[in-house]
Amino acid sequence: MSQAPSPESVEALLPEIAALIVSALNLDIDAGEIEADAPLFGDGLGLDSIDVLEIALVISKKYAIQLKSDNEDNIRIFSSLRALGTYIASQRSQ
Amino acid sequence: MNAVPLLAHGDSAAVFAWRPDGPVTVGAYLADVRALAARLPATGYLLNLCHDRYRFAVGFAAGLLRGMTSLQPSSQSPETFRRLQDDYPDLIALCDNPADAPDLPRFAFPGLDDAAETPAAGDIPLIPADHPAAILFTSGSTGLPQAQVKTWGKLALNGRAEAIALGLDARPQVLVGTVPVQHSYGFESTFLLALHGGCAFWSGKPFYPQDIAGALAAVPQPRLLVTTPFHLSALLASGIDLPAIDILLSATAPLSTALAAEAEARTGAPMLEIYGSTESGQLASRRTTDGAAWTLLPGVRLEQTGDETTACAGHVEGRIALSDVIELLPDNRFLLHGRHADLVNIAGKRTSLAYLNHQLGAVPGVVDGAFFLPDEEGPDGITRLTAFVVAPGLSARQITVALRQRIEAIFLPRPLLLVDKLPRNSTGKLPRSDLQALYATKVEGAGHGRG
Repeated sequence: MSQAPSPESVEALLPEIAALIVSALNLDIDAGEIEADAPLFGDGLGLDSIDVLEIALVISKKYAIQLKSDNEDNIRIFSSLRALGTYIASQRSQ
Repeated sequence: MNAVPLLAHGDSAAVFAWRPDGPVTVGAYLADVRALAARLPATGYLLNLCHDRYRFAVGFAAGLLRGMTSLQPSSQSPETFRRLQDDYPDLIALCDNPADAPDLPRFAFPGLDDAAETPAAGDIPLIPADHPAAILFTSGSTGLPQAQVKTWGKLALNGRAEAIALGLDARPQVLVGTVPVQHSYGFESTFLLALHGGCAFWSGKPFYPQDIAGALAAVPQPRLLVTTPFHLSALLASGIDLPAIDILLSATAPLSTALAAEAEARTGAPMLEIYGSTESGQLASRRTTDGAAWTLLPGVRLEQTGDETTACAGHVEGRIALSDVIELLPDNRFLLHGRHADLVNIAGKRTSLAYLNHQLGAVPGVVDGAFFLPDEEGPDGITRLTAFVVAPGLSARQITVALRQRIEAIFLPRPLLLVDKLPRNSTGKLPRSDLQALYATKVEGAGHGRG
């Protein structure tokens, strides 16, 4: 397994990922409004499974990471912006 | 009484399903079905929530053997489950994930003995043709779920008709589905097509492009990918290498010729489409690159009165009015000219603007409001709704939070725009052209959204 990315390297990624999400999903908010620890689904941003696939696509283009759902981490990966950033940082550091 | 076999495979050694640990034969499937049927409490209604397509197939058939009816709602929200339990108090939820349906009477999918003997060929259960085997639910134009009862004989006929239309009766395929088995398209095209079209299916439900490639590689050729315009376009956009595919199948929304041509060029497989609805079952098919016309499935008929079209005969239950505008052609062919104006279909989920506007108007503090579905930018993308709202004192965020309690997330407006008033005409109506103009000013002009 890869080692856990440093909190600083995750933090540095977040604005970029937030901007990717906002532009990929045509969200009517500024990237800065996505709180790092708020849920992306349900009562947070209210994203749905269509959005997950859109986000996965832009992430695969930008970071050359192919998401797979057979690991049970899928729900955790998309639980918040920070969780998504942590996952991307860990995959990139491999 | 008229009875129809559970499945049409003639050979108990034929492969019925593929799981990560290998093939499951028809005989092994029937043994699992009987083992589960012996343990399942026969309560009348089975809410089969199994994620694994094979476990769903075992549960569905075990329920049939016990005279049960499978409930297949279009959403799995707590509100949906509450309403189901009110309407079907003796339902039991068959679950293969401990986290599902915590508030319902549950039956956890048990480990079944592998030691069960393989039944002899021909030992295939018979199910009464008029048994209500499944109830599929649509969101309906009022937004309230509407129950569509499907009898076993009609379901079996649907599977058979689809197999003939797609040419699978001559060459059965292994079905890999990206869609859930509980919803009508997945139910018909990954489950009924296996039972009564002689095919086998992959037990998983691949989601990401890399998952789809992995699932295809896990089963032998010939392979048929059962997918949607949205999943297909994401798969092609990912640019990953794909294992050989023999047939591509899409449904839930019309596919563009451009995406169909790209899919065929990338895979070498014919790109076929199915047209149907939860109410009517599957009605027609086409190869998208051959032209816009659809050909009816064997046995099905369309009849027209004015601009309303009704489906009947074959595997259609009764007479079903269709929500699309249809032009009939000779030789059992027809053209689709879009849906009737009020209906909304986003990624296969349906509702009506009237229902959405009603829910918007019911949000405390909203004075007036209207949803608007922009013209589709590209036929294969997902076009989201916009809403214009008059609500002094409320923010767009507050209204969205309130709407989320009332409508499915996929119908939430993006964007929701606050306006001083709506462009209602002298009779209080909101002509689409005026909403279109408002949209052009407020959304496109402001650089929102679609670029």
